[in-house]
Amino acid sequence: MPELLQFLLSGITVGAVYALVALGFTIIYNASDVVNFAQGEFVMLGGMITFFAHAAGLPLPLAALIAIIATAGIGVALNKLAIEPARGAPVVSLIIITIGASIFIRGATQLVFDKQIHRFPAFSGDQPILIGGATILPQSLWVIAGALAIFFCLWLFFTRTLIGRAVLATANNRIAAQLVGINTNYVMTLSFAMSAAIGALAGVLVTPITLTSYDVGLALALKGFAAAMLGGMGNPKGALVGGLLLGILEAMTAGYISSQYKDAAAFVVILAVLFAMPQGLFGRKSTDRV
Amino acid sequence: MKFSLTTTALAGTLALVLGFAAPALADIKIGATLSETGPASFLGDPEAKTLKMLVEEINAAGGVNGEKIDLIVYDDGGDPNKARTFATRLVEDDEVVAVIGGTTTGTSMAIIPVFEDAEIPFISLAGAIEIIDPVRPFTFKTPHTDRMACAKIFEDMKKAGISKIGLISGSDGFGASMRKQCLEIIGEYGIEVLADETYGPTDADMTPQLTNIKGKDGVQAVLNPGFGQGPAIVTRNYAQLTVGLPLYQSHGVASDGFIELAGAEAAEGVRLPGTALLVAGLLPESDPQRAVVVAYKDAYEKATGKPVSTFGGYAHDALRILVDAITRAGSTEPSAIRDAIEGTSGLVGTTGTVTMTAEDHLGLDLSAFRMLQIEKGGWKIVE
Repeated sequence: MPELLQFLLSGITVGAVYALVALGFTIIYNASDVVNFAQGEFVMLGGMITFFAHAAGLPLPLAALIAIIATAGIGVALNKLAIEPARGAPVVSLIIITIGASIFIRGATQLVFDKQIHRFPAFSGDQPILIGGATILPQSLWVIAGALAIFFCLWLFFTRTLIGRAVLATANNRIAAQLVGINTNYVMTLSFAMSAAIGALAGVLVTPITLTSYDVGLALALKGFAAAMLGGMGNPKGALVGGLLLGILEAMTAGYISSQYKDAAAFVVILAVLFAMPQGLFGRKSTDRV
Repeated sequence: MKFSLTTTALAGTLALVLGFAAPALADIKIGATLSETGPASFLGDPEAKTLKMLVEEINAAGGVNGEKIDLIVYDDGGDPNKARTFATRLVEDDEVVAVIGGTTTGTSMAIIPVFEDAEIPFISLAGAIEIIDPVRPFTFKTPHTDRMACAKIFEDMKKAGISKIGLISGSDGFGASMRKQCLEIIGEYGIEVLADETYGPTDADMTPQLTNIKGKDGVQAVLNPGFGQGPAIVTRNYAQLTVGLPLYQSHGVASDGFIELAGAEAAEGVRLPGTALLVAGLLPESDPQRAVVVAYKDAYEKATGKPVSTFGGYAHDALRILVDAITRAGSTEPSAIRDAIEGTSGLVGTTGTVTMTAEDHLGLDLSAFRMLQIEKGGWKIVE
């Protein structure tokens, strides 16, 4: 029995990391239908900038704040310099632009910082917490709490605020949104800033567990993307559930079947779910008026 | 503007004249193709810096046999295709007398045929045993093999009376290759693998695999062949689960950075085979390697401001072997250099004492590795 609990706790730890990354995809996707493949780079920047600011002598909370603000700035720059000039382009082209941007950010980080792996201390120590014979690290609780908090804020943002609805309206029909007085350029800039900030916050929270280096972004983005697809792209609830589900699936496969098939099993389940429910578990149905 | 143009032209003419006058004082041309950028840059970067630093040092001291070394370094970015292009360029355009390089096994294997065909000695800096087994006449290498690391670990286990172990390996190139090498020779030491788990190179949590190993009856120790962040996470999870058995890591993480990543507390008691370079300051005065590794470490850290790495040490040894061979050969004929390299005997390098033969183009034995234990965030030699 302690084994099952340990697998579950491991799954939740990893799943919360995936969920945090997946949540970052939501806003940009909701504003523009673009899947931002530079999202993993935002997570990486959050971790790397925090590490170097902390190593330079700043206290950890201040370093984290600087990382989040700096990454949000990079998100805005990405929108202004790469996405906005290509506004008329189809969504696929924009997605390809984000892939290019992620390669650029990775290369720049390698030059500005370094190529080593880094870690900064966990927020509340490394003493494992015992739960019924299984253990979990305090940092995992931070990650889970972070994922829940971001989920809650996003839910409030999209359903209870005018600007959140403006974001949804922009995605739905840009021209109609402009006609009712929504500044769509501002909405896009805002959504990139927020996505980048969420990504950076995720990076700050997960780095004590996953460690960070200039090239961790791609792997994180792929897992986060898979989680978001599983839950339903664009839905914060889907990102949260998809992430946790993916993490638990991997842990259970590694624990009970074989660690060799861990990734394969997870992706088989994702394929099966998408086959039955192409929108993901909580995805909105897209209906086109003909 | 006109003035500067004339000056440039004049300088160019001068350079040409000097250039034509130069052949009388021919430099020794040594080539290198290294992965200074790209995924293997953490290997190639210290290698290139080491070569440049040492060549400067040697030239300042009067060169080899009175001739200066002319080092030509290309950056292949870890791409075997590019490495092959550069190898051909080194042979045909630059007309080098010997080549150091091939940072990775992939680039090394790709360029071996070029040098074998051109009959130019080549010293690889990559780990795989395939580079020198079977022996090729013009190919040598300096890093010890994964198999030697396995042997060193198993010897230590045998001494401690450990006969049943759990294995948790990374599924990346290094982890998978070392796991294979270890399983091939484990029988010779009478050690049995009770649990054989793997993890992906970017995984964030290995507690399920470690829980399974912990739950297996009779496991006496755990071995983790791996590279990069994986072993650090395994070590942290290992402490989190309080497995309580000896944990062995591989030479792939033998660096101070590993202790930093895993945390001194979690890494306490971890054993791994490392080179003398890592523990330069801890070596007894009587150790033959002490003078060499301390000199290299001090020079490298002074020149670059960065901590010395095992990988730079491989390049250091390759150049030392080459310079020693050219000195003994008294000639810069590639075939004479090749014969002299094969005759290398008792040359003390950072990875060990090198004695080559016609059958052994690596020339290291198990004494090249020191069994190290992490204690209070530092290293301790345990043998």
